[in-house]
Amino acid sequence: MNWTVIGIWLGALLSLSLYSFLYKDNPFYKFAEHLFVGMSAGYWVIYTIMNVLIPNWWNNLVPAEGGMQPIWLIPGVLGLFMVLRVVPKLSGLSRFSLALIVGTGAGLSMTAMFQTNALAQVNGTIIALGQGGGWFDWVSNLILVAGVVCGLVYFFFSKAHTGVIGGAANVGITLLMVAFGASFGYTVMARISLLIGQTQFLLFDWLPTMGIHL
Amino acid sequence: MRLAIPLAITFVAGMIMILQFFVPATQSMGESLQEWYMIVASFAIFLGSVNLLYVHTHRIRFKGRNWKYSPVTIIGFAAMIITGLVFGIEQGKPFDYMFTQMMVPMGATMFSLLAFFVASAAFRAFRASNWRATLLLISAFVVMLGRVPIGAMIWGRIPLISEWIMQVPNLAGQRAVMIGAAMGMVATSLRMIFGIERSYLGGAD
Amino acid sequence: MSTFIEKLGNIDRRVIFVVMALAVIIPLAVRLSLPIPIDEGPSKDMYDAVDALPPGSTVLLSFDYDPSTMPELQPMAIALVQQLMTKDIKIVSLALWPMGVSLGNEALSYVSDSLGREEYVDWVNLGYKTGGGVLIVRMGSDIKSVFPEDYNGVPVDDIPVMDQINILGDFDMIISLSAGDPGIPAWVMMAGDRYDISIGGGCTAVSAPQFYPYLGTGQMVGLLGGLKGAADYETMVRIGVDDPPAGTATPGMAAQSVAHLVIMLFIVLGNISYLANKKRKGGVK
Repeated sequence: MNWTVIGIWLGALLSLSLYSFLYKDNPFYKFAEHLFVGMSAGYWVIYTIMNVLIPNWWNNLVPAEGGMQPIWLIPGVLGLFMVLRVVPKLSGLSRFSLALIVGTGAGLSMTAMFQTNALAQVNGTIIALGQGGGWFDWVSNLILVAGVVCGLVYFFFSKAHTGVIGGAANVGITLLMVAFGASFGYTVMARISLLIGQTQFLLFDWLPTMGIHL
Repeated sequence: MRLAIPLAITFVAGMIMILQFFVPATQSMGESLQEWYMIVASFAIFLGSVNLLYVHTHRIRFKGRNWKYSPVTIIGFAAMIITGLVFGIEQGKPFDYMFTQMMVPMGATMFSLLAFFVASAAFRAFRASNWRATLLLISAFVVMLGRVPIGAMIWGRIPLISEWIMQVPNLAGQRAVMIGAAMGMVATSLRMIFGIERSYLGGAD
Repeated sequence: MSTFIEKLGNIDRRVIFVVMALAVIIPLAVRLSLPIPIDEGPSKDMYDAVDALPPGSTVLLSFDYDPSTMPELQPMAIALVQQLMTKDIKIVSLALWPMGVSLGNEALSYVSDSLGREEYVDWVNLGYKTGGGVLIVRMGSDIKSVFPEDYNGVPVDDIPVMDQINILGDFDMIISLSAGDPGIPAWVMMAGDRYDISIGGGCTAVSAPQFYPYLGTGQMVGLLGGLKGAADYETMVRIGVDDPPAGTATPGMAAQSVAHLVIMLFIVLGNISYLANKKRKGGVK
């Protein structure tokens, strides 16, 4: 039995089932959609057990060299509390787990985000203004700096957008519209790339199994 | 009172994470907390899976909407779990085969459907209704042409203009959004650590 | 004619779907090929940064994506692995997304087999861990406490490629192939800025514009954005290589070109119809 060909056919039939949604919702689409959801959850569970819980928790709790490390019961119990959220009478226990996750995440990302996404960006903007080059680079850097400042003014809602603030906010939203246009262009590109990838699979992997070579 | 202990945990965990940047003595506490975080967060997938199975068994039991497809979800879930536990997850095993031959094409196809909807949306909703919307449209056109080979074939400078849009107006706009979002994130994190923001605990009391 | 234009706005969306499908299928089926010009930009910067690494260096390659974005990111992964392995650079890989483990294995073993490289000696896949940014920070002080074994249960102490690797700072570069969060932002924040390590990356076209600020400040050494970035990289990696393996991004760029033109045509037609209807209702002054 050629498992590769069977695999290609499985993939192709499931892909075509999903594409049938473009005509209208139908049982083939629903079948593939439900299968995908179930398999994805199963995959995630297995990798969490095999790659995280066994090596990083169980092997620390009960090391191979013997003896138990009770300290590792704490994350295990907190993890269990998280799952207990589905039991109405015990769902309150999940707050302990959430508190640990939110506290750790907030503390860590607060400092990192302030450094990387605020201070470093302000620094990069100021440096851009002082950079040399020809007149074109100078104008570009000026637009960059003005764009960042005016963009921030646009997002500042504590003061009415009138007068100088209003003018700056107008420049800001104009620059933002150009940025959103670029993002739209890239989004179109991304979506089409995904379609190209699957079309390549159907044309160059699946059709040849039926003797059709393009 | 029922929120006091969780709020204390959030405060202590958050402060340890901040302090370990500056106080070496808190480093080892911070490292233990990071390892615990990984484990506790991992359990979220079990919560999701238990919920998924509950929804679908409930749907089958009470013959809810599309209940006939619920066994497909449960079988798909069970198939991955059983093959993963019995045969292992390395390459060439049934678990990997099902991932490569079924999940990969399904995942890729599911998102490639968006190409059709983005085309339809572009036709129906992308209107040059004012000068700023027109500017957005022109920017999108230049970038769409500049990122593909045909753009350079139409006019050699299109890729350069496209790159300029990305490096100057786009960078300015994205940077403004990034700085604004970072400030918002800092404020929200502080509110969480100091117990002012409590919605994640499911109540404001 | 004017009635036709006015009615155009109400066209069945399935007609649009068929035109879109044909715009992609026909260029691929007739194997339409267009030259990929390589200009100065983030893709070239990325290539140059990797090219500047001396043989024997070790790079951390993070597969932070899943099958939904595979058509964009997998060709990048293959081209990057090809460049790294050809230059005798060792690869340690991991995944912040669980499905990235299997996709990373595919890319690594495919190129490794074609170039005669050996798992555990030239490359290793450490597998998936939960935690994103928190995991990265912990790796900054001790990798082996986070990854005591690889994805398949082999202890890292028995893996030769991990001999000299103990903390994130031991890597010469970190490259994240990222489809979202956790991905490039987490690596830049928690590894690049915190431990002063060069960060490069590849991402979906959707997220590429968001990462330009990191390029502007030098927080990233280069960036591959979407299929275009993958095609650029495939083209650069193939230069000077005898009988290079075929990539999937480069042939896809012709179809991408046609599809972009079709979408632009849709937008123009949609606007003409919109203006015609507005004029008929007396909205245009």
